[in-house]
Amino acid sequence: MSFFKKQLDTLSKFWSVGYFLGLRQIVRGSIWINLLIISIMTLTFLSLVVIPGILVGLTEGSFEQNREYLTGDLYLTTLPDEETIVNSQDIVRVLDSLPEVENYSVRYKIGSTVEAGYINRDDFTEEAESLSVSAFVIDPEQEEATTGLSEFLIEGEMLSSDRSGEVLIGSTLLQKYSNFSDLFEPLVNVEVGRPVKITLQGEVEDDFQREQQLLDGNNDPGQTSEFIVAGIIDSKVGELSSSIFITEQDYRRIAQQRSLQAQEIVVKHNGRFTDEQFKDIALSYGFGRYAKVQTATEAIPKFLADVQQTFGFLGNIIGFVGIIVSSITVFIVIYINALTRRKFIGILKGIGISEGAIEFAYSIQSLFYAVFGIGLGLVILYGLLVPFFVQNPIDFPFSDGILVAELIPTLTRALILVVITMIAGFLPARIIVRQNTLDSILQR
Amino acid sequence: MITVKNLTKTYTNGEIVTPVLKGIDMDIKHGEFIAIMGKSGAGKSTLLYQISLLDKPTEGTINVNGIDILNLSETERTQFRLKRLGYIFQDYALVPELTAEENVAIPLLMQGIDSNKAKGKARHIIDSIDMVGKYTNRPNQLSGGQQQRISIARAIVQEPEILFADEPTANLDSASSEQVIELMRDLHKKGQTIVMVTHEPEYTKYCDRIIYLEDGKIVSHDYKIST
Repeated sequence: MSFFKKQLDTLSKFWSVGYFLGLRQIVRGSIWINLLIISIMTLTFLSLVVIPGILVGLTEGSFEQNREYLTGDLYLTTLPDEETIVNSQDIVRVLDSLPEVENYSVRYKIGSTVEAGYINRDDFTEEAESLSVSAFVIDPEQEEATTGLSEFLIEGEMLSSDRSGEVLIGSTLLQKYSNFSDLFEPLVNVEVGRPVKITLQGEVEDDFQREQQLLDGNNDPGQTSEFIVAGIIDSKVGELSSSIFITEQDYRRIAQQRSLQAQEIVVKHNGRFTDEQFKDIALSYGFGRYAKVQTATEAIPKFLADVQQTFGFLGNIIGFVGIIVSSITVFIVIYINALTRRKFIGILKGIGISEGAIEFAYSIQSLFYAVFGIGLGLVILYGLLVPFFVQNPIDFPFSDGILVAELIPTLTRALILVVITMIAGFLPARIIVRQNTLDSILQR
Repeated sequence: MITVKNLTKTYTNGEIVTPVLKGIDMDIKHGEFIAIMGKSGAGKSTLLYQISLLDKPTEGTINVNGIDILNLSETERTQFRLKRLGYIFQDYALVPELTAEENVAIPLLMQGIDSNKAKGKARHIIDSIDMVGKYTNRPNQLSGGQQQRISIARAIVQEPEILFADEPTANLDSASSEQVIELMRDLHKKGQTIVMVTHEPEYTKYCDRIIYLEDGKIVSHDYKIST
């Protein structure tokens, strides 16, 4: 018999006797011990995927909100040396003709000053109650169809092209909702249905108006007009909650703005493409010559990208620590299990059962515990936890945290855990099996 | 069949050195039924463990059918025990998760015999020790005497050259002990070589020879005529 055939024959005996012993020890062993070990495996697996998954989900939730409500799938902004997207109207015409486009929203973004409480102001020696903020100039219907801005209304109603002189104000700017009162003095006298003065940055042609602005302590030149607060916007996308929104008609009326060149165009595709493919389509129409074209991922604010990277790193560290802890746990559990059966391991060796077969029996048990524990963990993860967090996201200050458990990384972690478990199960069995046969039988 | 020369076994625990076997010389012939007797601490079980390859002596030689077993590697010793030796332990030592037939069949499985054939042979042996129908009973469903008989079945299933029994009746009542001894006598009648450690003289009645140990030395060999 050749060397290899002999080795194969030995392995085959190890396998058949190991399987015979291992299977019976599982099936006929204590159901409570089996349940305990499987529970430990399940919890170990969940700790490996849930904690990093929530950390990643925290930034993922923020990223998804940015995509959904701020940048869309494709985010067109001004080129570095331009103040507007050149040829905005040509881009809009192409977007109208593209079947891949589901919705888009053209935005003008300008600096503005909001002043409140001026009606009852009687002490003009004090500073006016005002804030410098970004103003989103939007087509309300277009914006609603693209980003569903009205979802964030916590008071009042959405803007409409049929009405004029209305403004939506971000909650961060208001004292009753703001968490940032240490950084700036938020507005106090803002109520839905009441007026505020808004100055849109730009050249002022009316000398009297400019004089009035300076008297009010407003040093920024611009066109001032009174708006009625239509609603309050509260979103975890910081840029939305810290801005105001007015309609395009009002902007053109007040600022006497005739230019049709926008600052932002937010586009959503019909879902049959990846963002990258959609970007390639946009670039093929020459959008890149007039605007900076970014996918949602590319348009992530830098701080969010940094947080995402940091949390991803933390998630990996926690995962790594989890694997170390789980391997030690499995080692201890299997070691105790093998230790309590030391006498029988000795007897099996005594009657001529090879060490390899006994080690194989314990490896099979470890595999069983790993597969069932992880299987149960996967059922809990995808059947319970992921849907639960989708329905009940964790309320973090800057995002609705979800549990991210992508299939491939999760299965990779499961596979790593199976391998680690088998090694951690094999080692203690080997330690016990290698002990003196007679000492094992006599338990000394 | 077995030749033991100048066998010594010393246990060392730190600075405490305890000599248990002190220069044992003995021969066991093919087909003999030998009892090893002696007071508690005389070294009888230790002697059995050395010659049955469950332990390694400190000094001396053990030759079984021309093979110096002390020169065998650990793997070879395991193979030797599997194919050529059988064991009966005082506390039966059956694997609790295995049924009676599985306990008996496992040495055959380890030899690469097909599972069905192994179980068939195991049942045949179980039948031969008057335990028909107990094939699927687990050890905890059998009495002490029945467990010891299954243990004997496991020891003889692969037809070993030598059967070692370490106080096989110590945990049994007298009726069960009698059954076990009768079973061993039947095996001996069929030519089985048996080496048994016991401290009960009444169960040595079928032995060919009794080796008396005292303080780690053989003090006498009593040859008997078995009935």
